Amino acid sequence: MTYIPNTDADRQAMMEAIGIGSVEELLTVIPNDVRLDGPLDLPPALSELELHDSMGEMASRNGSADRMASFVGGGMYDHFVPSAIGHLAGRSEFLTSYTPYQPEVSQGTLQGIYEFQTMICELTGLEVANASMYDGASATAEAAMLARSATGRDRVILAGSVHPHYVETVRTYAHGPGIEVEKLPCPNGALDPGQLASALTGDTACVIVQHPNFFGCLESMSELERVVHGAGALLVMAVDPISLGVIESPGAYGADIAVGEGQSMGNQVSYGGPALGFFAARNRFVRRMPGRIAGQTVDQENLRGFVLTLQAREQHIRRDKATSNICTSQQLNALMATIYLSLIGKEGLKQVAELCLHKSHYAAVRIADLPGYELAFDRPFFKEFVVRTPAAPGEIVTRLADDGLLAGIDLARFPSLEMEDGLLIAVTERRTRAQIDRLVEALARFS
Amino acid sequence: MSEPLIFELSSPGRRGVSLPAPDVPVKPVASYLPEADLRTAPPELPEVSEVDVVRHYTRLSTLNYHPDRAMYPLGSCTIKHNPKVNEDMAALPGFARLHPMQQDETCQGGLQLMYELSRDLAEIAGLEGVTLQPAAGAHGELTGLMIMRAYHEARGHARRKVIIPDSAHGTNPASVTLVGYETVQIPTNAHGLVDTGRLAELIDEETAAFMLTNPNTLGLFESEIRTIADIVHDAGALLYMDGANLNAVLGITRPGDMGFDVVHFNLHKTFSTPHGGGGPGAGPVGVRSDLVRFLPTPVPVKDGDVYRFDYDRPDSIGRVRGFGGSFGMMVRAYAYIRANGPDGLRQVSENAILNANYIMRRLEKSYPRTVLVHGTQKETQIPADVPCQHEFVASGTRFREHGVRMLDIAKRLLDYGFYAPTIYFPLIVPEAAMVEPTETESKESIDRFIDAMTAIAEEVENDPELVRNAPHTTPVGRLDEARAAHPKTLNLRYRKSLAE
Repeated sequence: MTYIPNTDADRQAMMEAIGIGSVEELLTVIPNDVRLDGPLDLPPALSELELHDSMGEMASRNGSADRMASFVGGGMYDHFVPSAIGHLAGRSEFLTSYTPYQPEVSQGTLQGIYEFQTMICELTGLEVANASMYDGASATAEAAMLARSATGRDRVILAGSVHPHYVETVRTYAHGPGIEVEKLPCPNGALDPGQLASALTGDTACVIVQHPNFFGCLESMSELERVVHGAGALLVMAVDPISLGVIESPGAYGADIAVGEGQSMGNQVSYGGPALGFFAARNRFVRRMPGRIAGQTVDQENLRGFVLTLQAREQHIRRDKATSNICTSQQLNALMATIYLSLIGKEGLKQVAELCLHKSHYAAVRIADLPGYELAFDRPFFKEFVVRTPAAPGEIVTRLADDGLLAGIDLARFPSLEMEDGLLIAVTERRTRAQIDRLVEALARFS
Repeated sequence: MSEPLIFELSSPGRRGVSLPAPDVPVKPVASYLPEADLRTAPPELPEVSEVDVVRHYTRLSTLNYHPDRAMYPLGSCTIKHNPKVNEDMAALPGFARLHPMQQDETCQGGLQLMYELSRDLAEIAGLEGVTLQPAAGAHGELTGLMIMRAYHEARGHARRKVIIPDSAHGTNPASVTLVGYETVQIPTNAHGLVDTGRLAELIDEETAAFMLTNPNTLGLFESEIRTIADIVHDAGALLYMDGANLNAVLGITRPGDMGFDVVHFNLHKTFSTPHGGGGPGAGPVGVRSDLVRFLPTPVPVKDGDVYRFDYDRPDSIGRVRGFGGSFGMMVRAYAYIRANGPDGLRQVSENAILNANYIMRRLEKSYPRTVLVHGTQKETQIPADVPCQHEFVASGTRFREHGVRMLDIAKRLLDYGFYAPTIYFPLIVPEAAMVEPTETESKESIDRFIDAMTAIAEEVENDPELVRNAPHTTPVGRLDEARAAHPKTLNLRYRKSLAE
């Protein structure tokens, strides 16, 4: 089935109007030696009904969180998504429109961006935010690039407690421009300020920490901030937006740039994407920021309106001198986050964060009580924690899947962490006590 | 009247969603977290009811033009119809609530979809391997450049330069810089095509790649593509295709057969995934066989009947983002390819090309196709017998004598209920308007667009003021862009941050 409205008769009329006998006459500019001589080797077309059946079957072969109790986190989380979000963000006006290059007929999207930017500034305690980035990992890499251009220094330090995907992405981005990346190991679950102090050099552009970090633990932010700024480097914090309902903001800790993964705010995990990166910074960096930024203005009648602004940073104006190459980003995901934060509100965000705290700590205490299990780190955590397990965590996760439980992440999958017996367990507000108890009982079988 | 900001609707105590009471023992928050880490000033989020939220965002939505309403002829962006079934497929809980960090055994459906989509895209491109990881077209370009850099490094010399045409998308040179290369620009010739003689002069052993769009950004097919490929390969460089215009060639010709070594796909253009007002998109990258080893990790593979992510790829450039990619967009693109099948995809391109040529021919008197002769302000006409492909670029210089610019015409088109074409791009066409109808516009819809463009050309002659002051019927009029560019106008929090 195709989505082409024109019939043979329509095409005939159009060809007559332009004086050709067949579409082939429009393809004569394509040399024969590059033409495809047969049809593409693809499966035959399906009707809409057949599509429903075959893709429905494919989806049903996944053990997703609609059928399993999920304790999997590690950067994306099974938080509750209120119904209104899908209905509003699914409206054609938001879903199908393009980047708001004609502001007169794109005010819905533009005002949405402005509201999003304001909310991100509120959450992070920083002064400017952009319209979105691809995801938390690429936003972190862009923060490193900004730090390099702002400081003129070529070295980036990452805590080993930062999400391994973020570390790998920073390394990938750093390679071409020749940025040196150093990762400091965190055997105790967080970055040691003393160790950081001795690693900092005069050519360090920034230090990147995650808080709460990949292991769920809080970092020693106040001490880290003093050490970083003492060396004249910038402090980049990757944060979980839900945690900001109870945990201090990056701005209050003294961060220069805050980035993160915004999926938790009203977006589905969707097997990894589309995700939502966010990026906020101090005012002095605004002209070095990557990505789109909306600003408030007025029209000729003095009516309030919004436009994309400070575009002299961007690729379509500055080309090879642009601050980033980003163009299409994650506008609809940012809108969903904006609607989420509106629905959940000031009190609701705190309440979600507190539910995460209560439930994750209940789970951690019960699991740590099981013989053979212990919490890997003696540090405060938010909604996620690492337990050392009596059997290989990969085997535990595999066996518990048969019981309808997604037990967490086997940290042996990340060799760079050197945590072969670590199981990373996330507990959001969505998990019930009954589900947690079921997890504890199932884990007890390996004691 | 303008719509208030959601913050202006806030009323203390209102809630938009209810949450369950804790069902586990509750302790004071300060018993879990150190006092120094407790948030002192809560984020000032709005306090609104669900009704407030639904009405606010519904009203905001009505201020947008969108392709479900009328034709959106935005050249280079391929604003085609986004099939509704694709949305339902992406929302299936088995896909939407599948977590990327689950073990592969519980993700067999998701992995199968990714594996098959990467095979389908490889077939469409005529190339060997595909990564689905990049999040957008520009991200795909960056990934492709990283792969090309890795290829040269593996051969012992990273090289320094990338050649791009002066008609290229701005993301091309921006991506080149990000990967640590320098951009060298090559002029377009009087036929609107790559000057192969100049290419042969410019290319040398420091050239890592030539990045090209085919059809190019003027909507013209680079007929000498095999010669171009030979020049590039003879110099030991690689040929990169910006896949923004892939909608013109489906099933007709393939990047690999044209001699391209690397191509990125825009799933949000050619493969019908919606643009979301500026994303999410997805920018998979296809490569020839000897470049497969450099693809980002992980790559979905099939062992017997079992699908898994392959992380063991020692020559990989690494990751370009978290997790496996924008899976929700892959689901939509997969549904689109399956719905169309091989014949349907070819019809997509043939109809896109016919629609564009029909508009071009019917508008060519008022809106001729021209290009600036390199290095001069002299316009030369693209010969009438050269067909465009899926889009064309018209020039509005003839309206200058009435004091009307293409910007004004674009704004006036909004009054007629159409979104505007891409304007002032590519940079080598003066007063450019780039028109791309796509295959999903009917003849009636296209005729209405032609009528509107024709009527505006007459208005320029008879009432230029009307056009210069357009739009007249949109939710807001022309906006003062300079005023938006101050820190105090970038979000509501500025004043507060001054006070802190």
